[in-house]
Amino acid sequence: MAIKDLPVEEYILQGSAACPGCPATMALRMVFKAFGKNMVMVVPACCTAVIESLYPNTSFNIPVMNIAFEAAAAGASGVEAALRVQGKKDTTVVAWAGDGGTYDIGIQALSGALERGTNFIYICYNNQIYSNTGIQRSGATPYAAWTTTTVGGKTEFRKEMGDIVRAHHIPYSAQTCISYPDDFYRKLKKAQSIKGPKYIEIMAPCPPGWRFSMEKTVEMGRMAVETGAWTLYECENDVMTFNGKSKLILEKKIQRKPMEDWIKYQGRFGHLFKPTKDTKRIQALEDHIDLIWERYRECYL
Amino acid sequence: MTIMIDTGNYIAAKAAVMAKPDVVPAYPITPQTTLVEGIANYVGTGEFKGEYICVESEHSAMCACIGASAAGSRTFTGTSSHGLLLMHEMLHWAALARLPVVMCNINRVVGPGWNIWTDENDSISQRDTGWIQFYCSSNQEIFDTVIQAFKLAEHKNVGLPVMISYNAFILSHTSMPVEIPEQQVVDDFLGKYVPQWKLDVDNPITFGNIIGPSDYYKVRRAMQDAQDNAKKLIPQIAKEWKQKSGFYHGDLLELYKCNDAEYILLAMGAIGAESKVAIDEMQKKGIKIGLARVRTFRPFPTEEILKLGKQADLIVIDRNISIGLEGALFTEVKAALYGKSDAKVHGFIAGLGGKDVPYTDVETICKKAIDGKAKEYEWYGLEEA
Repeated sequence: MAIKDLPVEEYILQGSAACPGCPATMALRMVFKAFGKNMVMVVPACCTAVIESLYPNTSFNIPVMNIAFEAAAAGASGVEAALRVQGKKDTTVVAWAGDGGTYDIGIQALSGALERGTNFIYICYNNQIYSNTGIQRSGATPYAAWTTTTVGGKTEFRKEMGDIVRAHHIPYSAQTCISYPDDFYRKLKKAQSIKGPKYIEIMAPCPPGWRFSMEKTVEMGRMAVETGAWTLYECENDVMTFNGKSKLILEKKIQRKPMEDWIKYQGRFGHLFKPTKDTKRIQALEDHIDLIWERYRECYL
Repeated sequence: MTIMIDTGNYIAAKAAVMAKPDVVPAYPITPQTTLVEGIANYVGTGEFKGEYICVESEHSAMCACIGASAAGSRTFTGTSSHGLLLMHEMLHWAALARLPVVMCNINRVVGPGWNIWTDENDSISQRDTGWIQFYCSSNQEIFDTVIQAFKLAEHKNVGLPVMISYNAFILSHTSMPVEIPEQQVVDDFLGKYVPQWKLDVDNPITFGNIIGPSDYYKVRRAMQDAQDNAKKLIPQIAKEWKQKSGFYHGDLLELYKCNDAEYILLAMGAIGAESKVAIDEMQKKGIKIGLARVRTFRPFPTEEILKLGKQADLIVIDRNISIGLEGALFTEVKAALYGKSDAKVHGFIAGLGGKDVPYTDVETICKKAIDGKAKEYEWYGLEEA
């Protein structure tokens, strides 16, 4: 679907408390456009609890239940069961959580809900940090990135949440990126059309968290895909399909851009360039991305 | 009406299913297991028509209760001991969200070491979560309290979750005859659940977003008001149920032979039931002693206990310990009397770790206090092998 053909309705109201250039808000806008008002959203502790703005106001024109950090998938399970008993089977139940609430503290509840076959859409907006608490390391933070809890740069590589989700063999999972709203919208609609548990993870570059200028959010997302640091794919009934530039990278029809092209714009990697260039760690980042793509090619080509 | 001879857990399952919850999320833990198995069996027989969710933890069980209740459905679950402790965060959440979740908790010891017998530290340590807390002393009382709990929790002047606690094995796994009313009696008593608020696509609200100090302060006060309202409603609902079913187990307290008593024993749960035998025995010997079995720990029956303190000296048995102080009931009984009664109050710890407390022990405890041989506060039965 072309951008101009997206629904004109807006369910994010004026007065959102998001930071300028916030990727989560961009993604939420698409979620609401895709699902309309017949949806319920369950939100754990994350930036979105702030974006909603301060009680008694709200910037979301759909029903929202906030819940504890680790609880999004379990809370959504309860909402979904209740609506089913009430005969409201056409209401879309969405759990909307950050990477901290998904990769780390919320992984048990998520795994449980996926295994139980809960009929809901779990969306992880991944900004690769605990951003709401002020930029701490998460399981999604990439190697060498600065956070307030990885002062010299993270010493471990991020985990592959998508692999963990696919090990549940749910009917649909996908990765997308805020820079490709058409891809995201299509995946949302696809997920909505399928019964059972669905998982979508959206790359969400965070200007204050990654230390880049707020007008570059979309560009940072696009570069994440073009460098291969993030992958656009969807997996329907265990059949993997790579999308957009990720498909071309997989098939080696284009070469992924060097990581350096992306990370040099991000203050969180600034220590890799100043005072002297840390070629060893930059190379380690490159090698890790190569490894990920080699694994993809082994499994899916 | 039929007679069902069964364990406390199966009786609780029967009561829960007859209350017709829409959603029951559950996770097994000894000694609660047969309760959730009981409900699962009713799924199999078709008697339970709601959604039974096999969650992956007690934490998620309470989260799913919260989600289902917020979506406007009647919800029930059960747990025990470590399961209850794992839920702790979400117990606060359910109460602050003003969701009328009803839950049975089978009072079991907390580890380490592993011990599946009974004491009440699991639920006593959830005292400040905002939940209404009942303690039962018989299987009939479990049945009747579960039914009444839905009515209380869902009342427009309450809107708080209710926890019904009963002792591991002594009640959970002990068969007793229980009178089960016709389904129609329960249906008429409870009526249709009308939620105070819910997630509604036609009336989109954001629940639980960021809230400033002044508004939050009001939220807390409203919870306190709801507990105060519950204090008034518990006796009303108990009497209404008595009219419908014939059963009555007391209000906030169950008073037993307290007329003219010079000493009144206060205890909860199974010790409360055992104490009735001890009271009978002591009265036969001419001791003027009665029993006030505490049924609700929250809301706490402050005024009712003060009344007892103006009549008699009080003896409190706690099957729990607030480490660093004393038994929780003992502390709160004294607080209820503070500045308004000259009654002597003796506190005893007994039965921790599931140590048996037969009526003979209750008698020994009371006599020690009455004979002036007890300290103000002491542990009973420590010296025994």
